[in-house]
Amino acid sequence: MPGRSINKAMLRTLWINMMTISSSTIRIDEQEIFFEAGQTIMDAAMAANIYIPHLCHYPGLPPSGNCRLCVVGIGNRSVAACITPACAGQEIRNNTAELNEVRKVVTQMLFIEGNHICPTCEKTGNCKLQAIAYFLGMLHDHFPQFYPHRELDASHPHILLDRSRCILCDLCVRASREIDRKNVFAIAGRGIQAHLIVNSPSGKLVDSTIKVTDVATTICPVGAILIKEQGYQTPIGQRIYDQRTIRETAQQEYVSAKAKNDAD
Amino acid sequence: MESNQSSPPATRRIAIDPVSRVEGHGKITLLLDTENRIREARFHIVEFRGFEKFIQGRPYWEVPFLVQRLCGICPVSHQLAAAKAVDQLVGVDELSPAATKLRRLLHFGQILQSHALHFFHLSSPDFLFGFGSDPLQRNIMKVLEHYPEIALKGVKLRKYGQQIIQAITGKRIHGTGTVPGGMNKALSVTERDALLTEIHDILEWSQEALALNEQLHLTHPAHHDFGTLHSNYLSMTGTAGELEFYHGGLRARYADGTMIFDQLDYCGYQKILQEEVRSWSYMKFPYLSDLGIEHGWYRVGPLARINNCDCISTPLAEAARQRFKEFGHNGLVHNTLAYHWARMIELLHCTESIQRLLQDTEITHTELIVENSERRSEGIGVIEAPRGTLFHHYKINEEGLITKANLIVSTTSNNQAMNESIRVVADQYLEGKEITEALLNHLEVAVRAYDPCLSCATHALGKMPLQVELQDASGQIIDRLVKGTSGEIHR
Repeated sequence: MPGRSINKAMLRTLWINMMTISSSTIRIDEQEIFFEAGQTIMDAAMAANIYIPHLCHYPGLPPSGNCRLCVVGIGNRSVAACITPACAGQEIRNNTAELNEVRKVVTQMLFIEGNHICPTCEKTGNCKLQAIAYFLGMLHDHFPQFYPHRELDASHPHILLDRSRCILCDLCVRASREIDRKNVFAIAGRGIQAHLIVNSPSGKLVDSTIKVTDVATTICPVGAILIKEQGYQTPIGQRIYDQRTIRETAQQEYVSAKAKNDAD
Repeated sequence: MESNQSSPPATRRIAIDPVSRVEGHGKITLLLDTENRIREARFHIVEFRGFEKFIQGRPYWEVPFLVQRLCGICPVSHQLAAAKAVDQLVGVDELSPAATKLRRLLHFGQILQSHALHFFHLSSPDFLFGFGSDPLQRNIMKVLEHYPEIALKGVKLRKYGQQIIQAITGKRIHGTGTVPGGMNKALSVTERDALLTEIHDILEWSQEALALNEQLHLTHPAHHDFGTLHSNYLSMTGTAGELEFYHGGLRARYADGTMIFDQLDYCGYQKILQEEVRSWSYMKFPYLSDLGIEHGWYRVGPLARINNCDCISTPLAEAARQRFKEFGHNGLVHNTLAYHWARMIELLHCTESIQRLLQDTEITHTELIVENSERRSEGIGVIEAPRGTLFHHYKINEEGLITKANLIVSTTSNNQAMNESIRVVADQYLEGKEITEALLNHLEVAVRAYDPCLSCATHALGKMPLQVELQDASGQIIDRLVKGTSGEIHR
């Protein structure tokens, strides 16, 4: 800068700015991104349009860390990105062959624990579990099928609950509680006995307060909670994942949630 | 499944396991008497899939897409039969004109591709190389090598049928399409025009396929009494007695051509049909109730349909039917190998009908769904699948879940007929106590004429080695012949 000299005050300001920048960034793979205080790694990644595979996370709902697909590597630790706070200077491994292989195995386990018969399931083409399997290059189940017998609840005139397809992501639980303000669903039992229950005197959907218009009715990423008699109406080629990858869909969900949040 | 419990003591048993180049897996046992004459033939179905059971408890709107997985060759037929039943469940008795035409077009595409597959891919090697020819020769690859023009046209005919299916259902195999009370997608003008550009070639090749089959049958007198049976026939016909695949009334004739019943509402099928279970097969034996088990068995499929109908609505196929009738001296044609001829008449009818529908302006209309009405607890859908009359019957509870299902697939209806044809052919070709390769293939040719889909009927899929055993009356094996998956034979 000819004609000007850098004085001490200017140097101090520059140093403070640099420190501020470095203290609010993390590095995911090769990309350095900003984060805001209180954000998780997932939040920061979504804001920077970096895709970390996930099933149980939904922008705008509190995270639960159930599905473990968003596992990332920090140093020699593996953490779930959706529930791990972003901290300045984190060096995070995300899109690596090793992690994607782990995610694929997790997806395979989700498949075999339920009855996910994509060829006949009405959610096919609109299913996040199926889409993530495609995204991760899952070509087979690998593990023996459990073929669980879980109760199907068709008691509600408009909503079907097929527990054999539930992956226990608890999105319906959180959506019902946080958005619908109803508390219709909960997860009961532990381990392999864990299952989705309905908060009603009979335990049946028909006796609950759920409505077709509730977010909990439509947020299910798989074919466990469905609006009755709507299956197969969208032609092949026009279903969600016929047109977009799950990565693109995740980004859309983030943009929509942010726009709604900004508007509120 | 090798029970001899019902066999008299002085019999000898020959088993062929499995039959190849049919859809699925079958096994043949020949029961001989002490003079080495065929006493009884048993076409065993040794696999079980249980669709009727495991769709219980599933929601009714899922069923067309569940049951279409019965088969990879005729899934559209299962989807449509189930969809017709589901229409009844949601209180819809008549679809919109565009939806009806779209479903008909879909079904014509299905029958076209299935018939082309059966003749060119599965059966043509027998006819072009001879029943007794080297088994390594008798496959579609060798047909491509020696008769490339015929084989390629066959492959393209099938491809065209699949293109129709893809345009309407989104996929060539196991797409969607039907919804309760209609269809989920209109045929676009672009899709229609693309299909129309090829129709003239398809029409020409369909005529050639028919001519080839006509010639094969007419010029080979040995084919005329090959496994021939004087049977009853059952099929669906239109209101004017015309050949009809999608919707109509049931018609049955005695072997002499007189009518058993006509224009019967298929929803009353249980009054005219019963099924017998035999311990040695998972495939049931249906029969016409009034005629009883012994005399009530019947044949379905192309031969039954062409024999049963009074006319065909498209000119080229109707002219072909007239020639067929002429061959039968205006009576019914009972030759089992005439199944192939009848199949190609139907293939031509499909092509003509496809052309007609594609040229119908209504085929691209978008009014595709009729509003559902009051739900019913029972639905019955019947359709003429490529292999014959197909029955789907469902009952649901108040929550919309399936409580009972009954499927009578086409191959099941031909069960007794296949056994009878095998018996006739075996009686003709078995010499002494030695199982010959020629005998094996002649038996397979008899079975293959029916285009049996064992996947649908029982329901299994797979290609396994073929094994033939000859046992004497005491159960001791006196001869054995094994055929591998690629056709190699060893003792």
